[in-house]
Amino acid sequence: MKLIVAIIRSEKLNDVLEALFKADVRGLTISRVQGHGGETERVETYRGTTVKMELSEKVRLEIGVSDHFVEPTVQAILAGARTGEVGDGKIFVLPLEKVYRIRTGEQDTAAVTPVS
Amino acid sequence: MNNLRLPFFLLALLGSLALAEELEFSAADTAWMLVATGLVLLMTPGLAFFYGGLVRSKNVLNTMMMCFSALGFVAVAWALLGYTLALSGEGNFIGDLRYIFLSNVGLENKGAIADISIPHMLWMIFQGTFAIITAALVSGAVVERMRFPAFLLFITLWSLLVYAPIAKWVWGGGFLADLGAWDFAGGTVVHINAGIAAVVAALVLGVRKDFGRQAILPHNVPLVLLGAALLWFGWFGFNAGSAWTASATAGLALTNTILAPAATIVVWSLIDLIRTGRVTAVGLATAIVVGLVVITPAAAFVAPVYALVMGALGAFPSYYVLLWRARSSLDDSLDVFAAHGVAGITGAVLTGVFAQESVNGLFNGLIGGNPAQVLIQAFAALIAVLYSGAATFALLKLVGAITPLKAAAKEEGVGMDITQHGEEAYTSGEGAILLGSEGAVPATKPRPVGGTD
Repeated sequence: MKLIVAIIRSEKLNDVLEALFKADVRGLTISRVQGHGGETERVETYRGTTVKMELSEKVRLEIGVSDHFVEPTVQAILAGARTGEVGDGKIFVLPLEKVYRIRTGEQDTAAVTPVS
Repeated sequence: MNNLRLPFFLLALLGSLALAEELEFSAADTAWMLVATGLVLLMTPGLAFFYGGLVRSKNVLNTMMMCFSALGFVAVAWALLGYTLALSGEGNFIGDLRYIFLSNVGLENKGAIADISIPHMLWMIFQGTFAIITAALVSGAVVERMRFPAFLLFITLWSLLVYAPIAKWVWGGGFLADLGAWDFAGGTVVHINAGIAAVVAALVLGVRKDFGRQAILPHNVPLVLLGAALLWFGWFGFNAGSAWTASATAGLALTNTILAPAATIVVWSLIDLIRTGRVTAVGLATAIVVGLVVITPAAAFVAPVYALVMGALGAFPSYYVLLWRARSSLDDSLDVFAAHGVAGITGAVLTGVFAQESVNGLFNGLIGGNPAQVLIQAFAALIAVLYSGAATFALLKLVGAITPLKAAAKEEGVGMDITQHGEEAYTSGEGAILLGSEGAVPATKPRPVGGTD
């Protein structure tokens, strides 16, 4: 089992969700985050105060998957989130020690397999 | 605005009198029109809130700026040239240049094309507030994708080349007035005109990149309701102010301006309830606007009970055109056509049905035994549709030849607030590094292009 964490552009979220659902990846969590990843600077001006925005709005996805789902999930995110410009984001794949489904107490692979 | 046949009509009634009585200057009328002018001006910021709430949060400033910019660009164009093109001279199609740069526009209640009891200058600026709101209305069809410089050029020229001629035809003693079409406060000039221009603009510009692929939802519904409230309040100046007098006519217009939208709210809510089991807030806000548009051409021509009927009937076409539009490939993003074009046509035609000479002292509609009035009203609407559509199309092609109309898909993705204006509506300020005063930046001129985050 792996925990896949992806940081993507917020405007690509819908494309990524669509790709994930097509790949049958059903269980995920998203959060709005801010970060910096080497993007070119963005300058904003408010009544004579000019600022360089160092942090950009991003969306963070967290998806726990069984091993044979890792590759389709990663491919779906890559396909959905890529624009080719700096700032498209990152995908992290982390080992996952234990997973419980709270409702039933199921563990590990059974816990990350969607209820059909 | 009274139809300009009014003085001639009264003249005919007076029979053998050789000269028309000129209206005396009236302090009471002037006081009301000072207030009414402010009320109509408030409609444009009100519209900014209405439209701003309906778009996504990354585009709210851009959308509101389209309305707020009209307060500058269209007002200046009106003062310099628009007023004289719209409301001067004896021509049937376009005014002359007697009031260019506001020359010959004085503080006396004389010299204007219409017989008025208020200063000519006040009448000029009251009319100007109508040009501003009309141009701002069109923006609802192009939000979330039109490049801002192109928009500024477009609405400025639109107010001169599309709005001014139609205003001349209906209100400036032009051929539609001669024909006997009646438009009390601007159903044809303002709402049909803006609604058709909106459809053409949406077609010429093309759809937003996410249109039909993703759900595009309003980001702030309370803002939409606030906008509807401000529009309604301002509309009292729009309709009751169009009497140009503090008079019984103004009282009738204001009463109808409350009753018609009230009836639209009720019918719209019931359709919502029967169709889906729920009454929606965005729907109710839309109903208010639809009811206001429907009663605009008839405000002081119909009895209050028929204002209720007009408001109620007016709900149906707009409601169903809205449903159709959402499923179609027409990206009239904020439904300017359904709310203004369709409701404007409904109102113009129903004016020909429910007008009664016993109420307005001027003309009868169908229920007063004059069925021909319905056809005259419909014909005037048709002329406005044809001219507004063709002229808006040509103008957009012209503007498009000068500067690109549409933002790049990437810019649309990031959001128009950041890419067009270099500002965000809802920023926490976290991660903002101070660069100093605005003058210090030109070394690396901010490039508002997409893909920066």
